[in-house]
Amino acid sequence: MTALIPAPTVGSRITRGLGSFVKARETGILLALVLVIVAATVKNPNFLFSSDGFRDLLLTPSILLLVAVGQAIVIITRNVDLSVGSVLGLTAYLTGRLFIDIPGIPVIAVFAIGIIAGGFLGLINGALVAFAKVPALVITLGTLYAYRGINVLWTGSDRINSSDMPASFLALGTQSIMFIPVLTIIAVVVLIIAAWYLRNQRGGRELYAIGSDPAAANLYGLKVTQRLLAAFILCGALAGLAGVLYAARYGTVSSQAGAGYELNAVGAAVIGGVAIFGGSGTVWGAAIGAYLLLTINRALPILGVQDFWQRAVVGALIIGAIVLDRVLALRQAKRLVEARGDLQ
Amino acid sequence: MSSSTEPPTPALELNRIAKAFGAVIALTSGTLALQSGSIHALVGENGAGKSTLVKIIAGLYQRDSGEFLLDGKSVDFTSTAQSKAAGIAVIYQEPTLFPDLSVTENIFMGRQPTRSFGRIDRKRMHEEALGLFARLGVRLDPERPTLGLSIADQQLIEIAKAISLDAKVLVMDEPTAALSGIEVERLFAVARSLRDEGRALLFISHRFDEVFDLCDTVTIMRDGAYIDTSPIAETTVEQIVRQMVGRDVSALFPKEEAVIGDDVLVVEGLTEHGVFENVSFTVKSGEIVALAGLVGAGRSEIARAVFGVDPYSAGRVTIGGVTVPHRNPAAAMKLGLALVPEDRRKQGLVLETSVARNATMAIRSQLTRSGLLFTRPENAAAREWASRLEVKAAALDTEAGTLSGGNQQKVVLAKWLATKPTVLIVDEPTRGIDVGTKAEVHRLLSQLAGQGLAILMISSELPEVLGMADRVLVVREGHITAEISRADATAESVMFAATHAASEIAQ
Repeated sequence: MTALIPAPTVGSRITRGLGSFVKARETGILLALVLVIVAATVKNPNFLFSSDGFRDLLLTPSILLLVAVGQAIVIITRNVDLSVGSVLGLTAYLTGRLFIDIPGIPVIAVFAIGIIAGGFLGLINGALVAFAKVPALVITLGTLYAYRGINVLWTGSDRINSSDMPASFLALGTQSIMFIPVLTIIAVVVLIIAAWYLRNQRGGRELYAIGSDPAAANLYGLKVTQRLLAAFILCGALAGLAGVLYAARYGTVSSQAGAGYELNAVGAAVIGGVAIFGGSGTVWGAAIGAYLLLTINRALPILGVQDFWQRAVVGALIIGAIVLDRVLALRQAKRLVEARGDLQ
Repeated sequence: MSSSTEPPTPALELNRIAKAFGAVIALTSGTLALQSGSIHALVGENGAGKSTLVKIIAGLYQRDSGEFLLDGKSVDFTSTAQSKAAGIAVIYQEPTLFPDLSVTENIFMGRQPTRSFGRIDRKRMHEEALGLFARLGVRLDPERPTLGLSIADQQLIEIAKAISLDAKVLVMDEPTAALSGIEVERLFAVARSLRDEGRALLFISHRFDEVFDLCDTVTIMRDGAYIDTSPIAETTVEQIVRQMVGRDVSALFPKEEAVIGDDVLVVEGLTEHGVFENVSFTVKSGEIVALAGLVGAGRSEIARAVFGVDPYSAGRVTIGGVTVPHRNPAAAMKLGLALVPEDRRKQGLVLETSVARNATMAIRSQLTRSGLLFTRPENAAAREWASRLEVKAAALDTEAGTLSGGNQQKVVLAKWLATKPTVLIVDEPTRGIDVGTKAEVHRLLSQLAGQGLAILMISSELPEVLGMADRVLVVREGHITAEISRADATAESVMFAATHAASEIAQ
């Protein structure tokens, strides 16, 4: 068929074009984020140019960033984890309970337990998806309610208060190092590790392969089950870490902590260019998506948009991102068809 | 084994392998022995069980019974990873690539060269891919995604993948179906060099010239069972065909003479760039015209464009002088066009629905009473067609999915015949249908032509094409390369046209 198509386009140019195209997807979101920040700052300079404003800008989306990175990894495998909000709630409450029930427990141990607990809940999701062969959407919708139910059962009308937790732990949620909040530093370190793993490790590339074509991954002999389990465990563990940080940041934890995080995390990943059908996208995109999502929420009131419209704006953003992806994907597909079989 | 001297332990040996999927028996007794340093052909009609055998070798399916020996030792693969680890590389009929990932990543997925900390060595991977492509004589950008590549290019990536595996046993399931002449030659050169390195190759193909050109031994299968193995030098095409079909080919297709009338379907200059180009042909009433050619040549695409399912950028389709609108199957149906699709399970039937519902699906609007559909007229209409086509279903309310392939095909035919078409397009009418029912479908098509229907038949089975068609149009890479009359159509002339460009045929 190659002979049918006159394809004067140069292969290397295509590669370069693709490289910038991929970049463009994430820079586009970054640009939107900068735009929102600039607009809000023009209206109210305190949005960026006050120490609180700057701190909030970095701090607020940090917890969502962690959850969104985990979510992106799962979505890349053509799955989804809707239970992350409930996992976050459970581990946040667990964090408070640990400080109350084991006085003097080292903060590092609390972090470890929170992460392991989240990972375990993720393992349950992953095992149900991988072995029961039920779509992740259904399984994790079930565990969303189940985990929240356990939380309510365990917490009851109780709540964790900041007085229950040591000051050194709570300080993590508010402290900054060189003007950068500690929480943001933790989130960015996790982000960098995840991005590096997905790009440079066999396991990371296989996650993309599985999401790109699950049937081919099976034929290929990839360890699909193992990788899927790992993705869900990782997603749960990150939600667990987010839960611990949630307790540190907000100081109070009720049985409803983290409700709605799952949709924000999916939204952040999609806005950031992670294909909902798997196989493409980066955790960088999801991270920027998380920042855009929450920064818009804070910027809209300043810009004078009524409360009532804010959710509609977020919705428009998500739909816009999906439409943009679709258009870009179609254009890319067309370009690739034209360029096929052609090198230099 | 028909050879007189006992050969050394085969690299791979299958003995009396059986495999069933529920009620469908795919293999009753598959037997095969591959020697190192040899290229072994496996031939058989569609549905003879070749692909099932390949998938058992690949570890994708597990055998129900029989022996599977690798280097004389019994093996039980439960996954493709295990067979790969044991040194078996398989190129499947359908390329299985990851569309979002680059060509290089597709080749090396799961075994990328790494540096410290398990970091993937992209530079080395890129160079190794270039090396593989140089060996195959392929010019492909290794960093582009595989999305948008032609089937031929995808197949070449599969071959590069298999070669890079350094396998002891290499299985190629119809690797040449989508390749052009030069690409095939290159592939053969690589296959021969792999053979000379002492590897065992299994080559599945429907092209006998290739089998005789490349292979040294041939195994024939029929209806899920082993028939014979012989050295290529000691057999002929005629003998192989006889063993494959197991009967006289000419007796299979009782073609009735029909009165051939005027042009009914006229296609002029139909073009969709990259799919088919400048396709023109006519089908007369009472005539059966076959669209022959290799899988992937663009025959189904042409049929779908004529019917209006797929778009075309230039050209015209008329039925009885009336232009069929572009991309409007409903209008095409009104003008008397009917299309029995290739994939009856996905496109022809609603499997979860009753035979009656399926058979009346295309005439549903005629059966409604003030907008409501009642069971009684539906069943009446269905019964008429079911009995005329001798659909063997226990009852009209049987789920279509539970019928045998042949009976399913009859239901699809019934659905379209109920619309009283003037032109019937059938795409692979007997694929996956047992021999007896096959003959029935052929008799039916022949009768319909006798009643004045214009029939365009797409078929990959040469005996069917030769037995049924009044005229054969051969499609290669989106072009009609030859038009052969019934009298001149032979397996050789059709195959030659299917594998050679029009300019070469003219010479």
